[in-house]
Amino acid sequence: MRKSVQNLKVIANLRLNDDHHLLQLHAPDQLENIIPGQFANIHVDQSQSIFLRRPFSIHAVDYESNIISILIKEVGDGTRSLAHSPVDSYLNVIFPLGNGFSIPSAKEKVLLVGGGCGVAPLLHLAQVLNRHKEHDINILLGSRSRTDLVELDQYAIYGKVFTTTEDGSFGEKGFVTDHSIFSTQLGSFSRIYCCGPEPMMKAVASKAKASSVWCEVSLENTMACGFGVCLCCVTETIQGHKCVCTDGPVFNINQLKWQI
Amino acid sequence: MADLSTVIHNIKLKNPVLTASGTFGYGIEFDDFFDVNLLGGFIVKGTTIHPRQGNLYPRMAETSSGMLNAVGLQNAGAQYFANEIYPKLTKYETNILVNVSGSTIDEYIACAEIINELDRIAGIELNISCPNVKEGGMAFGTSCPSAAAVVSAVRRVYNKTMIVKLSPNVTDIAEISRATEGAGADSLSLINTILGMAINAETRKPVLSTITGGLSGPAVKPIALRMVWQVAQAVKIPIIGLGGIMNATDAIEFFLAGASAIQVGTANFIDPLASVKIIDGIDNYLNRHKISAISDLIGCLHM
Repeated sequence: MRKSVQNLKVIANLRLNDDHHLLQLHAPDQLENIIPGQFANIHVDQSQSIFLRRPFSIHAVDYESNIISILIKEVGDGTRSLAHSPVDSYLNVIFPLGNGFSIPSAKEKVLLVGGGCGVAPLLHLAQVLNRHKEHDINILLGSRSRTDLVELDQYAIYGKVFTTTEDGSFGEKGFVTDHSIFSTQLGSFSRIYCCGPEPMMKAVASKAKASSVWCEVSLENTMACGFGVCLCCVTETIQGHKCVCTDGPVFNINQLKWQI
Repeated sequence: MADLSTVIHNIKLKNPVLTASGTFGYGIEFDDFFDVNLLGGFIVKGTTIHPRQGNLYPRMAETSSGMLNAVGLQNAGAQYFANEIYPKLTKYETNILVNVSGSTIDEYIACAEIINELDRIAGIELNISCPNVKEGGMAFGTSCPSAAAVVSAVRRVYNKTMIVKLSPNVTDIAEISRATEGAGADSLSLINTILGMAINAETRKPVLSTITGGLSGPAVKPIALRMVWQVAQAVKIPIIGLGGIMNATDAIEFFLAGASAIQVGTANFIDPLASVKIIDGIDNYLNRHKISAISDLIGCLHM
């Protein structure tokens, strides 16, 4: 789908826990072919301190009802304002932006690893991977505690779900990279997709690299425009500085100059 | 519909709205959003003779009513522009200008010579005001002798319209504007970004990798407006005003201060359609005030 600026109607705003909200946004025009990992850059109502749009992964797409879902964690004034958007209000959204994850065409065993709010694009990815029924989809989600793990039932529709919590309140105790799936099954995956805080992605990338497993990560650098003209969101790659917004946000770990 | 046409030296603009260098890519990035030919013209990304990787991330900090950037002229170099990008731009019918920068006078000359060969490029905007490079850039634009030296050197090799983009980081903008006019500038554009800084109180570190960066957005508009007005009193060549223009009312204020055309910059990041909305808004303003042509508004501040 070509990128455009649209006013999307908030048709639902579900509070998932203390600081996570799920917004369902209805598009006036038919949605088509949004790639998992692409993002939306959302305008926050005029305020002195919030000057720029806020980028969010597209969390899920419903083509029949023309709805995109956005998972928002309140971290500052911009996300707080958007998270409390009233139902029936409109948000000005530029989407879909960025490249998205690579989707395998033949049967593969894949692992999706998400941490914190980085889980957002993985639901859409699991949805799309699940269209090809033969894929063996494994989803590992990590958080601080049970209450931060949201929508586990949704992920379970599309694959086997594994969890870690730092306080041990749910699933295995520790960080996602401490999960036993890495010691028992790592070599059996043909692909790992990862999104979350950078230290976590580097830890996952390091394990993938050590076992020569193909791995894509989704980066989240601060950006002003979201469509490749401000050149503010660059990351260092083997081909020099690349924009996270247009050359990414998804990169194969072999493209990045991460010390892993 | 009012007559929106305006003239910058030899360049006829069908309307007075240009987009600012570094905020509009090569135009192509906006093809999905609107017909770029609706603009009076656009100014492509700052170009240097040698490819530049730019500064390290983080390069941007959001501020109250604005943003700081420290991109540092990332570009693939003038030859790459001429060979790979320029052929993609010849599809546009509107005016295309190239922002030219350098670390030394020789680099400015070499870059301008390459751009001089490109038929569809209507002119250059000589960038003597980039605050985010270690050498050259703003250093040329903050003293009268060095500004005059680079402008007169490029003047000898560049035959078409040469706009000089001025830095606001000076004590006396009128003095610099007169020096550049005297050295052969055909037009002046102002302002480039204002040197600023952001600190993260929690980490006690600077936000930008370069520590300082250039401030843009509505926060700088009053300063830009004041400088355009001062320069309009000081020189005879046409002025292109920019700095925090978000809507048509902002643009009108710049015309009243003495600008013959304006550039939309940071607003492109927030609303990619800002520039076309501003063209429509200027037309509405002129109709509402029963002014038949934009030229009747330029410099007509009621005192």
